[in-house]
Amino acid sequence: MSDKPDRKIYEQAFSDAIPQNKALGLEVVEVARGRGVLRLPWKQELVGNPETGVIHGGAITTMLDACCGMAVATMLQTPQPFATLDLRIDYVRPATKGEAVIAEAECYRITSNVAFTRAFAHHGDRSDPIAAASGTFMLATKGASRIKEPLIKADDGKGDGA
Amino acid sequence: MSLLDLVAEARRSGDLSALEGSTPYNKFMNIAPENSTGELLTRMRYDRQLIGNIMLPALHGGTIGALLESAAIFQVLWEIETIAIPKIITITVDYLRSGRPVDTLARAVLTKQGRRVVNVAVEAWQDDRARPIASANAHFLISPRDRDD
Repeated sequence: MSDKPDRKIYEQAFSDAIPQNKALGLEVVEVARGRGVLRLPWKQELVGNPETGVIHGGAITTMLDACCGMAVATMLQTPQPFATLDLRIDYVRPATKGEAVIAEAECYRITSNVAFTRAFAHHGDRSDPIAAASGTFMLATKGASRIKEPLIKADDGKGDGA
Repeated sequence: MSLLDLVAEARRSGDLSALEGSTPYNKFMNIAPENSTGELLTRMRYDRQLIGNIMLPALHGGTIGALLESAAIFQVLWEIETIAIPKIITITVDYLRSGRPVDTLARAVLTKQGRRVVNVAVEAWQDDRARPIASANAHFLISPRDRDD
């Protein structure tokens, strides 16, 4: 696919360069126009219930926020700072102790001011989700953009179906 | 000691500081409840690893969500004698202002307590309580200790 962006660029931009994403250990799995996939390996320090070993909802929230944000970034024709406006998370079932969590986000609509996203978190089977998210992002917020070039070229990826 | 035992102990002593670092995640995030002013507040101590935007800089939205959720859980544990840690069902976070690189505080209020579900409203602020940086509503599944048992 011609719109396949370089995963390394995203790894750098969304994992290495964002201190909280790096602290959590978030890994970029896949990126395409309007789509982002992240992986969160299970770590003892992320446990919210010591009796069950289940990861704290807060870590899942951060992961879904990051994943939705990454999907938004793939839709920007001009790199610009943006910020989460609201985020709703449904915790469908507890994450399993010791298992990595995968988050898949889709930015399904972008306007000049707002981007709309949804995401699912699971252990590898999309039909058995751990959490579902719906987030909106405000575009062109204050501050400078870290990223100077569009992450995916504007003429690429139309109708890519991802 | 389990988290529920720690809460029971804190309720007896009136001192919440024993809950600091009570779960690995809260320790990792520097999130802890405090009640030195007589009301239960939850603080997320600033650390560079909480940053999500290095240009501003600003806290990662997810960390603010985590603080709001933790504050809601502490409030439920404090007010309701449950036999298990409350399970979060949904949370909706509204981001009102960017989180600056300083400590963030949160205060949760139980809006409605049912037999199985409790609704909690939470607000987070930094220096000025009148200028919240985020608010949230969350539902938790609870297993209250039956008073007739």
